[in-house]
Amino acid sequence: MTAALRFDPIRLPAECEQLRKEVRAFLAEEIAAGTFDPHKPQREDSDNPEFSKRVGERGWLGMTWPKKYGGHERSFLERYVVTEEMRVANAPVRRFFVADRQSGPVLLKYAPEHIKMDILPRICRGEVCFSIGMSEPNSGSDLFAAKTKATKTNGGWLINGSKIWTTSAHMADYMIAIFRTSPPTKENRRHGLTQFLVNMKKPGITVNPIAQITGQYEFNEVVFTDHFVPDDHMLGEIDSAWKQATSELAYERSGPERFLETYYVLTELVRAVGPKPDTRSAEGIGRLVAQLHTMRRMSVSVAGMLQAGKEPVVEASIVKDIGTIWEQQLPHRVRELAAFVDDSASNHATLDEMLGFAIKTAPKLTIQGGTTEVLRGIIARGLGLR
Amino acid sequence: MTDADNIVAETAERIFADLADAQTINRDKNGSWKAPLWQALTDAGLPLSWVPEECDGSGTSMAEGFSVLSVAGRAGVAVPLAETMLAGWLLAQAQIKSPEGMMTVAPASPRDRLTLNADGTITGRARGVPFATDAKHIAVVASGFGGASIALVDASACRIEAGLGLADDPSDTVHFDTVKPITLQSAPSGFDQNALLLMGALVRSQQIAGALETMLGISVNYSGERVAFEKKISKFQAVQHNLAKLAGETSAALAAASSAADAFSSGAPLDDALFLEAAAAKIRCSEAAEKGAAIAHQVLGAIGFTQEHILHRYTLRALAWRDDFGSESYWAVELGKLVAARGADELWPLVASR
Ligand SMILES: Cc1cc2nc3c(=O)[nH]c(=O)nc-3n(C[C@H](O)[C@H](O)[C@H](O)COP(=O)(O)OP(=O)(O)OC[C@H]3O[C@@H](n4cnc5c(N)ncnc54)[C@H](O)[C@@H]3O)c2cc1C
Repeated sequence: MTAALRFDPIRLPAECEQLRKEVRAFLAEEIAAGTFDPHKPQREDSDNPEFSKRVGERGWLGMTWPKKYGGHERSFLERYVVTEEMRVANAPVRRFFVADRQSGPVLLKYAPEHIKMDILPRICRGEVCFSIGMSEPNSGSDLFAAKTKATKTNGGWLINGSKIWTTSAHMADYMIAIFRTSPPTKENRRHGLTQFLVNMKKPGITVNPIAQITGQYEFNEVVFTDHFVPDDHMLGEIDSAWKQATSELAYERSGPERFLETYYVLTELVRAVGPKPDTRSAEGIGRLVAQLHTMRRMSVSVAGMLQAGKEPVVEASIVKDIGTIWEQQLPHRVRELAAFVDDSASNHATLDEMLGFAIKTAPKLTIQGGTTEVLRGIIARGLGLR
Repeated sequence: MTDADNIVAETAERIFADLADAQTINRDKNGSWKAPLWQALTDAGLPLSWVPEECDGSGTSMAEGFSVLSVAGRAGVAVPLAETMLAGWLLAQAQIKSPEGMMTVAPASPRDRLTLNADGTITGRARGVPFATDAKHIAVVASGFGGASIALVDASACRIEAGLGLADDPSDTVHFDTVKPITLQSAPSGFDQNALLLMGALVRSQQIAGALETMLGISVNYSGERVAFEKKISKFQAVQHNLAKLAGETSAALAAASSAADAFSSGAPLDDALFLEAAAAKIRCSEAAEKGAAIAHQVLGAIGFTQEHILHRYTLRALAWRDDFGSESYWAVELGKLVAARGADELWPLVASR
């Protein structure tokens, strides 16, 4: 038999339900106050520093981190509840999302103490925005072809080259990036890249926004010209970023954001068909809800395994593979099911508008954070095939 | 609960390994393996796992019983273990003692209804009843004026038209022509045919997920043995990606089935959230059966399309199980209606209720 796949039936503990109520009440207040419109997912790209700080005040950033860094020492499952409620409400999370999910945990693991003490509490207060600098013009899936160079200089490193597709770089305070510190070796082509913390507000960095097919400006080109990074901003071991990248990805791959990005079209479809759907609509909705429920059970299960200190790399990749394909197909399935919806349905215009946006968003879902093909390679490795 | 710390599942695993080797069964033409296997299962008390001791069963927990079903699904054997477990469970709902021997349940399809007549006899037709020809007894839900009743019926009192499912397992039509049951009790309040079908759907979900695990194992192993173009086929990226998709479908089936089993085992009331668990499990496991079986066959090439190879024992059974106790289309319509009736803004609270 092959390595067993495990998806234990994890239940959210009772404290999560109280928390869920608090998050829903908070979001309802924010919506009532006009902070954001839950029916306008396309507004999700807009930066909202004040909302970010209020989320921090509630204690919903850095939830799982140690208290001494401003964290709250709560569980991954509690964090899960906050994340999914924000996502389903289309709340403007862009400013803090990457820092909270990904960059904070990397700093916790690899940054020197004084940097942790400086930055982590500010993430928890919702004050700082992070970006991820992995991809380059000639290095996407093949991360280890990255060329942007860090050259040793007095007290630090000089960075030259460029990153691309860098989400939020235009508003980010920091970037966690990989740069080339040595050439690859014959034995290990992954050797020679090092992870660094970059202060985006220092000189030597130009950020050029890139328009997406949705009309949004989420990602950017980032050009480095003799940008100076001090020695203590090196994260982890020199030349060994490849060892550090994999465990990080389990967090990134399996969260609710990996299947809920287009969820709003399903809600709106249910609204449009009304309380007494015909057989075709009922079956279509039933299948989609069954698939959604299953995705969520898988994703909660991975969160439970992370909580238990495991690194379910293969299971997390499976969640992302199935989840992103599901959220990518969802607007198309909803479009088919909406084909015969009465034009007089009260939300007809909203549904059409949402479908237009979701269908334009769909292609990116199986590219960002590792393509479907790359994920399947990881799963295949987990199955012992490579 | 994991299989490793579940002694009941371990017992089942051992019995199947000793007495139901897939290669041996596949070559056997006269079914001589069935009697010793059934005897061993009976000696271990497995067919009556879900029957409390006071009803002459083994009194195993719901959770342990579900894990026996995943083991049975992984083994893909043609004996009515799942059906007898389900029948015992049904009878226990009305404190009816379970007899010895093979059992099955009726109705097994939402299209059929059995009627309880005023004189206490049962009338009606139940199609697609698994293993009715092998069963000594049938556990039945019938409805009459006073609501639903649960009955134990002697199979020989019914007229049984033999049929075969996709995997050549008995799938019969059972005619109840004013049949007098051995025992008849009213069902507990709230219990009806739908509750039996839901439980049946859950049972089949466990078995499908188990069968998918075996399909994945067979396919991965084969890809490491078969050579084409001077390479193991497991080295071709297209094959790797197909197997990754099969692993994904297997994972989805496992997650949906084990979550639903866990929810039912906790003794929660049959509310919308529990309905979602069971219906979603049957829908998603059936979808996974279709996609998974197609990939497993693709990876094995022609050899997997032969009777001689064991693959069909799992692929055809998983596909056949989709039809029992309500197909995925049936449950999807029911779930879709429920979601629509609750309204758009109550969908997320339902999905996030656990
Ligand atoms: C909306 C969005 C936001 C993003 N945000 C960020 C960010 O913040 N930071 C960042 O660093 N990057 C970001 N990215 C970039 C993203 O990580 C890359 O796009 C992704 O890794 C793929 O790289 P690529 O676009 O260069 O495609 P390529 O790697 O050139 O791939 C093109 C195609 O070839 C396939 N392919 C490549 N290699 C193989 C192989 N070995 N086997 C089979 N198929 C293969 C790919 O699967 C894909 O289908 C973002 C991308 C998007 C779309």
